[in-house]
Amino acid sequence: MPAPDPAFERFAPDDPLAPDAPVFAEPWHAQVLAMADTMIAAGHISAIDWAEALGAALRAASDQPDTPDTYYIAALGALEKLSAKAGIDATQQAHRKDAWAEAYRRTPHGQPVTL
Amino acid sequence: MSTFDSDKAAETHRHLHSHMPSDPALRVKALESLAVERGLVAPESLDAWVELYADHIGPKRGASVVARSWVDEDFRARLLDDAAAAIREFGFEGHATGHLKAVENTKETHNLVVCTLCSCYPFSILGMSPAWYKSVAYRARAVREPRAVLSEFGVDIGADISVRVWDSTAELRYIVIPERPAGSDGLDEAALAALVTRNSMIGTDRDLKGTS
Repeated sequence: MPAPDPAFERFAPDDPLAPDAPVFAEPWHAQVLAMADTMIAAGHISAIDWAEALGAALRAASDQPDTPDTYYIAALGALEKLSAKAGIDATQQAHRKDAWAEAYRRTPHGQPVTL
Repeated sequence: MSTFDSDKAAETHRHLHSHMPSDPALRVKALESLAVERGLVAPESLDAWVELYADHIGPKRGASVVARSWVDEDFRARLLDDAAAAIREFGFEGHATGHLKAVENTKETHNLVVCTLCSCYPFSILGMSPAWYKSVAYRARAVREPRAVLSEFGVDIGADISVRVWDSTAELRYIVIPERPAGSDGLDEAALAALVTRNSMIGTDRDLKGTS
């Protein structure tokens, strides 16, 4: 019998004795899927385009560790590409990201962060 | 003697309690704020989606469908014929993408669901997929060596039972209808639903226990 695949070991079947894990480990994981599904429901992107873009991003990340973070970063990349087709291009995305980073830097801890 | 520079202290405090989101979190924020401005998504829709899937929609929905299929032959026939239409009578809220096909386990057949392309999953009735369902390892191995994968889930399938692997797509997703467990006679639909595990509806669990 071959040795167990170490990547699969990280994704071992659920431990029945472990406490219930949250559905989403990070808020941004949920937000990526929320945006994708909401944009599909509204007809801005098609379910087939989403599956193909996500599949391509996962294939491109196949040399990365087989972890949820790798999955969600691939999903985010797929969503960014499809959003570009929906009119939000990569330059706008990059500028907006920098603007948010600056807003976080200048906002004292505990206060709401706005652009 | 010491001096106190309030600006410097505040700066140090900000540094110590850095609340700068991670790089992907900032990318999501950027995308979300642009999509909201363009009217592509409404912030309240995103909030509602996250609340729904983080806290409310889980495998209990699928379990109630399975339980009804055990007690109502007509419903079972409708479910196997057109699952998406059959489950409308449950009135589940949430966006169900594409079509849904129910595949039944029998004494001779075991069904296993995967999405080899990405992670298509009937999340409107099973909730978010488990992490292992999204893993490269499961997506590749479920097709190549389903019996070995099942064995790692603690499910040993006899050589006399055939294993069918269903590859989900954006347009067609699957739910496995496990067999009703022995010892569950006399239980009502709600009690039966409590016996149904999420993994049994994906196919990585087979023999359910007759008592919860």
